[in-house]
Amino acid sequence: MAATDKTRITKPSPVVEDDQGQLRARTGISREVVEEMSKIKGEPGWLRDKRLKSFEIFERKPVPTWGVDLSGLNFDDLVLYSPPTAGRFNSWDDVPADMKKTYEDLGIPQAEREHLAGVVGVWDNEPVYEGLKEEYAKQGILFCSTDTAVEQYPELVQQYFMTKCVPPQDNKFSALHGAIWSGGSFLYVPAGVKVDLPLQAYFRMEGQGEGTFEHTLIVVEEGAEVNYIEGCTAQTYSVNSMHSAVVEIFVKEGAKARYTTVQNWSKDVYNLNTKRAVVEANGTVEWVGGSMGAKYVMLYPGSFLMGEGARADHLNVGVAGEGVHKDTGAKVVHLAPNTTSNILAKSISKDGGIMGYRGLVRMGHNSRGSKARVQCDGLMMDPISRSDTWPDIQIQNPHVTVAHEAVVGKISDEQLFYMQSRGFSEDEAAAMIVNGFIEPVTKELPMEYAVELNRLIQLEMVGSIG
Amino acid sequence: MGPNGSGKSTLANTILGHPAYEVTEGQILWRGEDLTEADPEDRAQAGLFLAFQYPAAIPGVSVANFLRMALNTQREEPINVKEFGAKLKHATGLLHVDREFTSRHLNDGFSGGEKKRCEILQMAMLEPKVAVLDETDSGLDIDALRTVAEGVNTLHRETGMGALVITHYQRILHYVEPQFVHIMLDGRIVREGGPELVTQLEAEGYDWIREEVGALDG
Repeated sequence: MAATDKTRITKPSPVVEDDQGQLRARTGISREVVEEMSKIKGEPGWLRDKRLKSFEIFERKPVPTWGVDLSGLNFDDLVLYSPPTAGRFNSWDDVPADMKKTYEDLGIPQAEREHLAGVVGVWDNEPVYEGLKEEYAKQGILFCSTDTAVEQYPELVQQYFMTKCVPPQDNKFSALHGAIWSGGSFLYVPAGVKVDLPLQAYFRMEGQGEGTFEHTLIVVEEGAEVNYIEGCTAQTYSVNSMHSAVVEIFVKEGAKARYTTVQNWSKDVYNLNTKRAVVEANGTVEWVGGSMGAKYVMLYPGSFLMGEGARADHLNVGVAGEGVHKDTGAKVVHLAPNTTSNILAKSISKDGGIMGYRGLVRMGHNSRGSKARVQCDGLMMDPISRSDTWPDIQIQNPHVTVAHEAVVGKISDEQLFYMQSRGFSEDEAAAMIVNGFIEPVTKELPMEYAVELNRLIQLEMVGSIG
Repeated sequence: MGPNGSGKSTLANTILGHPAYEVTEGQILWRGEDLTEADPEDRAQAGLFLAFQYPAAIPGVSVANFLRMALNTQREEPINVKEFGAKLKHATGLLHVDREFTSRHLNDGFSGGEKKRCEILQMAMLEPKVAVLDETDSGLDIDALRTVAEGVNTLHRETGMGALVITHYQRILHYVEPQFVHIMLDGRIVREGGPELVTQLEAEGYDWIREEVGALDG
């Protein structure tokens, strides 16, 4: 008979230790989980309040019924936060061997040696390794995990974090994100500083049933330029996983920011992100994205062109295979004269996959002289796949130019025969044609990402010609 | 040679294994190997090549990249940069092709003449044992025609490549001297001979052949 130790009364807690002694949130989300999480992270009161407020909004908002089918998404099944036992490492030597191996598999050490400006790895949502090259630190560039930024640069974070760009009430998932976000990158580039090499961060989800809710906050001050790259890979899981990141980019007057992401989520991931940029006069934002993998995706990077001469370029390529539905696109709002936007969306669907382009271009009352161009190209690999286009063009000023072009096609027998007659197998030919189709996007990617994307597509194309 | 609709392009496509054509009778034998049922890429590996009358465009794939990857299908190890560069320089020089041309996307937005030249450039790079040239001379101006013909002659001389030249006109035969001339009519080869057959065709057209064949069939 077990004796009861009355001196140790275990209090029910939403955060539990697993058998490895690692703190792990219980599945599901509640006010208690949010509070506990904020407490463990040692956050200031304003941030805790923001989390709780976000949670209230999340509870109030219904799950969207448009876009993709979200009925299989069960918030109670998700492990929403799981702090690592490992903590943080500022030096590569301190990083445990198994983590190093994963980083090596991702190609980080070589990449860093060669030309990376700095690395923030997100491991189970927590930064485990942070590095920033000295010359950039000298220029006043801040590049760290968003959690670190909360500690070290609270004024900056409080000024920009989920306020004017992506407020929690924007949508159900931004509200959820506001409640339980963790990790992500914070990047601040002071006025006039031009960062010539790309800054990179790698994300990786570990463990079943976890969501990742990293928050990326980028502020590019007047006349500054930066190129930020985020790559994601994930292992294959048997249960639903969820990714609901928020990216906020502030592009000040005459500044320029490029945000590049290549994602290859496992085939069970719901990818429901909110990414947005606020661009001031003569500023430029460029979104370059490649979306492989995942199960259901809703993603519409947004650009709000607030000042005269502001510019937004959106380049995206997405692939949907069997059982995959991606509803992606762009949202550009022209709120000042002589602003320009250019949207190029390339989609590939195969084995019954569905690719959708959903794009909003709005020319506001004050948008005189602005131009927008939308081009969406769909490539369908077989008769059972689908490509949808849902353009939404709203024009409130008569002195603007808006062009929309959508082309849907398939690989022709003549193309295949032509290439086969040069020695390529049917699969090789199909992969080359597809890689050529997405070339307008891949040519904008850094070499290693372009190679990775082409390789992934090659793998996807095996046996794709029926 | 043969009049329109006599089956010349059908023959060319069938030799390379176009999936739209089915061989109902006969075999395609090449160096003792039966290629009748082989996939087009296996025929290419066996040394056959087709210069297309209407080559397909492959947007987003540069001519140079296409050539490099096509060469790699013939090898165990990928061709190294230096070797490829030298080969490409030689071939572009032979065909008076601008090096910048090879960074354009394959046949995408090419003029008719550029497409034909590009076909011959591919032939020069891939070094087939036998090339079928399907009306490569059509739509070429005289300078382009001469260049293409010189390309064929040089490859024949340097590599021993054989060429089956499908044409409507005597013109190309001023620059490429045929060893044999075959006349096709209604899907059959009905006359074979030397270069003198071409002269007769130019002078008299196909009617006399048609009559002779008709007389035989009747």
